[in-house]
Amino acid sequence: MKANTNTHIVIIGNGMVGYKFCEKLLARKKNDQEFMLTVFGEEPRVAYDRVHLSEYFAGKSADDLTMASKEWYEENNIRLFLSDPVVDIDREEKLVRSHHGHVVHYDYLIMATGSGAFVPSIPGVEKDGVFVYRTIEDLELIQAYARKAKRGAVLGGGLLGLEAAKALLDLGLEEAHVVEFASRLMPRQIDDAGSKILQSQLESLGLNIHLAKSTQEIVGDDCIKGMQFVDNAFLDVDMLVISAGIRPRDELAKIAGLETHPRGGIIVDNGLRTSDPSIFAIGECALAHHMIYGLIAPGYEMADVVANTLTGIDKEFLPYDMSTKLKLIGTDVASFGDPFIEEPACITIRYENKAKGIYKRINVSPDGKELLGGILVGDAEQYNMLLQTCKNKTILPPDSEDLILGSRGGEEAGAGVMSLPDDALICSCEAITKGMLCHEIGEKGNNTIDLLKKSCKAGTGCGGCVPLVKDIIQGVMKQNGQYIKTVICEHFDHSRQELLDLVKMNGLKTYGEVLNEFGHGDGCEVCKPVVASVLASLWNENVLTKDRAPIQDSNDRYLANIQKGGTYSVVPRIPGGEITPDKLIVIGQVAKKYNLYTKITGGQRIDLFGAHVNDLPLIWEELIDAGFESGHAYGKALRTVKSCVGSTWCRFGVQDSISFAIEIEDRYKGIRAPHKFKSAVSGCIRECAEAQSKDFGIIATEKGWNLYVCGNGGSKPQHAQLLASDIDKETCIKLIDRFLMFYIKTADPLTRTATWLNKMEGGMSYLKAVVVDDLLGLASAFEEEMQTLINNYKCEWKEVVGSPELRKRYNHFVNVPEKDPTITFEEMRTQKRAKEWV
Amino acid sequence: MEPTHNTKDRITWHLACNVSDIPEDGGGCALIEGKQIAIFNFARRGEWYATDNQCPHRQQMAIGRGMIGSQGDEPKVACPFHKKTFSLKSGQCLTDDEYKINTFPVIVRENQVYIGL
Ligand code: SRM
Ligand SMILES: Cc1cc2nc3c(=O)[nH]c(=O)nc-3n(C[C@H](O)[C@H](O)[C@H](O)COP(=O)(O)OP(=O)(O)OC[C@H]3O[C@@H](n4cnc5c(N)ncnc54)[C@H](O)[C@@H]3O)c2cc1C
Ligand code: SF4
Ligand code: FES
Repeated sequence: MKANTNTHIVIIGNGMVGYKFCEKLLARKKNDQEFMLTVFGEEPRVAYDRVHLSEYFAGKSADDLTMASKEWYEENNIRLFLSDPVVDIDREEKLVRSHHGHVVHYDYLIMATGSGAFVPSIPGVEKDGVFVYRTIEDLELIQAYARKAKRGAVLGGGLLGLEAAKALLDLGLEEAHVVEFASRLMPRQIDDAGSKILQSQLESLGLNIHLAKSTQEIVGDDCIKGMQFVDNAFLDVDMLVISAGIRPRDELAKIAGLETHPRGGIIVDNGLRTSDPSIFAIGECALAHHMIYGLIAPGYEMADVVANTLTGIDKEFLPYDMSTKLKLIGTDVASFGDPFIEEPACITIRYENKAKGIYKRINVSPDGKELLGGILVGDAEQYNMLLQTCKNKTILPPDSEDLILGSRGGEEAGAGVMSLPDDALICSCEAITKGMLCHEIGEKGNNTIDLLKKSCKAGTGCGGCVPLVKDIIQGVMKQNGQYIKTVICEHFDHSRQELLDLVKMNGLKTYGEVLNEFGHGDGCEVCKPVVASVLASLWNENVLTKDRAPIQDSNDRYLANIQKGGTYSVVPRIPGGEITPDKLIVIGQVAKKYNLYTKITGGQRIDLFGAHVNDLPLIWEELIDAGFESGHAYGKALRTVKSCVGSTWCRFGVQDSISFAIEIEDRYKGIRAPHKFKSAVSGCIRECAEAQSKDFGIIATEKGWNLYVCGNGGSKPQHAQLLASDIDKETCIKLIDRFLMFYIKTADPLTRTATWLNKMEGGMSYLKAVVVDDLLGLASAFEEEMQTLINNYKCEWKEVVGSPELRKRYNHFVNVPEKDPTITFEEMRTQKRAKEWV
Repeated sequence: MEPTHNTKDRITWHLACNVSDIPEDGGGCALIEGKQIAIFNFARRGEWYATDNQCPHRQQMAIGRGMIGSQGDEPKVACPFHKKTFSLKSGQCLTDDEYKINTFPVIVRENQVYIGL
């Protein structure tokens, strides 16, 4: 079909798919005169991201959710009528008429009216306090009502229902219930076993689940008071959200005489044309291949098909994969392909771990060659890979259980993302294939997620494909010989590990030497701290002497953490969290004298905030006199070794955890690494020191100590894993020496131990082999190197305090002794705080 | 501090500090006529630069404490707070078009550093 100049296109519905259609059509048009677009939207706002609607409760504003601003429509010459639904279509004259009386002619009409919540005809649904969950207005009403409600329920235990139930909890309701008619949760996605695991996970979140419940009546006078079930049970609730499915908005199509399905939906052919060839229907209002596709990805694909058709390219809408991953409930749920197919049509492999709340099921073809579908509950990390394997009919490895269990040999199961065919769909929201991504990355050099989001929109929809896209970036760069060397920056074509070896072999000690020998240009804020860290990790000399001060990251440069407003914090070391009353008094005195805000940190010590740079040496002088040392809170170095009170006081303690923690903290203090590292020692299995959340953690046993490694808290918490059990102190220290040295020498910059391990080929078993079984024959070298670092340790603040040359650098101005006059504080709870950013 | 006058450019030269007050390949801050000026001794290139000490991103007085270096050929400094980088020549922010800082001419005579305002 050839579009003539000034083809008039009217779009009914300014939802996600209607918007996407405009965007796709604009991207394909050849000149400005080609199309005239008019959009009618019934809602008062421009199209917004309904998929992430629940984030509205988490603080996102309507603006944050907007897909494109009103200006975008203006700039692209699209006439946009909001709060103005179309009420009539005159197919003879090709005119639409809106509620406000606008009459617009069309050559092509696009119905993108979406769907509404399906509300079952239960007596009482009209009562106050009963809501649906579809638009921002719905959420506003729910939010307002929830303020005075205590107990809420959601009718429907499907994908959306669970999302809504979680939202009720987040809104602060005391009780949230899910009522489902079927005998399991998410009946369209998961099986009974998966539902059981999911149920126990959700119950631990605080949701109450009622299955196989048929609601007879919603009880109450004007407002809902409770739900009466057919089995005589009664649930006392004061609000209800109905999420019992969707109903396509086909009422306008019906009036216009278009063919619709008795159970709802505007019937379309493979080209998404309705029974009137000038009218298309896309998104959740369209019934294609005998079904309503209630997901965003197929909706976007429909938009793409019609945009293609109208710009002269034949494209068909093919039956679309309905695999899904639920995003927010705090526990992963995913299903793909055919999740329910049963033996003998397939071989089913199940893995279930009730303690951890994990259930996985895959269905493999009887000949063992193809993945037909599956279900993941509790851990959906493999979802993307499995989905791709399934969709692309990739031949499976002989031990197909490796797909969900991971191969015990350490290698990744399956052949990895680069073995996917070029037409494998990676970002289904934006219909981007692996081939397109490889082209963007390889030919056009868009080799970061941000660049790709800009250049082709990959990952901008539901965001589910981002991990896979990252793997493809790595894969392509590896193929082009670019990867492997994760080079530091434009000034060094080496990885941190290579550079460390080079610097060591050549005995280099200053940044200038390293840059001259192995780099080019003048360096930058990326490579300078990396080299600084390498030099410190190798020689452990004072970080501020030689030419090293200006290459330190901001905090290391002043041996203090820079804070909002330009003041610094002071953190003295308090090994194991143990401190004498005398030392506490000194901290108090110093804080008073220099007017510092004091706070107990999450690392069992005390932080003094708000110090002027000029005061730092004076403050430290007093602290050092009282026997304190630097706590290295500013450095990529050992932070704290937390401890619990252990057998010295605790009635459960089986070993003296405080003494061990202090010994460990003294041993590794001041040692610099690619990132900070933390430790803890617990006196028994109750684990009050949270050792398993540390880079290395030690837990006392009856027989000795268990050593765990590679855990961390922070934004992506990960538990540490057991490296050795029931070992004595000496062995424990030996293993930590080796482990830390191995980490220091091989990790990329700013990589915590957990991330380092996650990227390590062979994973934990390899790490164990190197550290415990000395696979590389480097164990004694590691121990010696660590001992050298320990021998070279000096408190760097003590050195600064004693050196007039170094003290001189602690002035805000080089020409006058004054402090920075722009620094101001505000008062809060009788202490001071930094002034808010302007 | 005695200002020397250069009438031709209508710039006033101010004595800021001694060469040794600013670390090699590093920076510092001087108070000149009540204004905070960041000064950089780019020893590796044998060049000196001066800019505003205040970062336009969050109005922090910190540019003089930033790390210097190059992007391609362009000399630059990174604000210690959120690592926005600025050209030392033009003052243009290289990581965010929105921001820009002022730059000032520098001359070094007999181990003394003068800034033109
Ligand atoms: C003071 C303190 C918060 C508090 O008031 O309790 C704190 C404060 C800061 N943390 Fe933290 N963290 C503090 C305990 C923690 C903990 C809890 C712990 O150690 O038990 C964690 C999670 C555990 C972990 O690290 O595994 C923690 C995870 C982080 C992270 C995220 C690290 C990660 O790998 O994801 C950062 C960011 C970073 O380091 O890049 C961070 C960074 C920061 C910085 C350095 C941010 C900055 O650059 O200004 C804050 C500096 C404050 C200052 O000037 O002293 N802080 N931070 C705690 C100091 C502990 C200490 O005595 O040294
Ligand atoms: C809370 C929630 C969470 C979701 N999560 C996911 C998810 O994780 N993954 C996923 O794939 N999908 C999810 N979905 C589904 C997804 O949002 C829909 O598939 C998508 O919004 C469909 O887009 P659409 O444009 O077809 O319909 P809509 O976005 O509903 O847009 C249709 C628009 O047309 C308007 N309209 C109707 N009739 C007229 C008329 N006569 N005149 C003018 N305008 C009219 C409507 O008011 C509406 O604004 C979720 C939906 C909800 C509600
Ligand atoms: S959690 Fe964030 S805000 Fe709080 S101290 Fe740590 S880095 Fe600062
Ligand atoms: S204040 Fe300078 S980058 Fe934010």
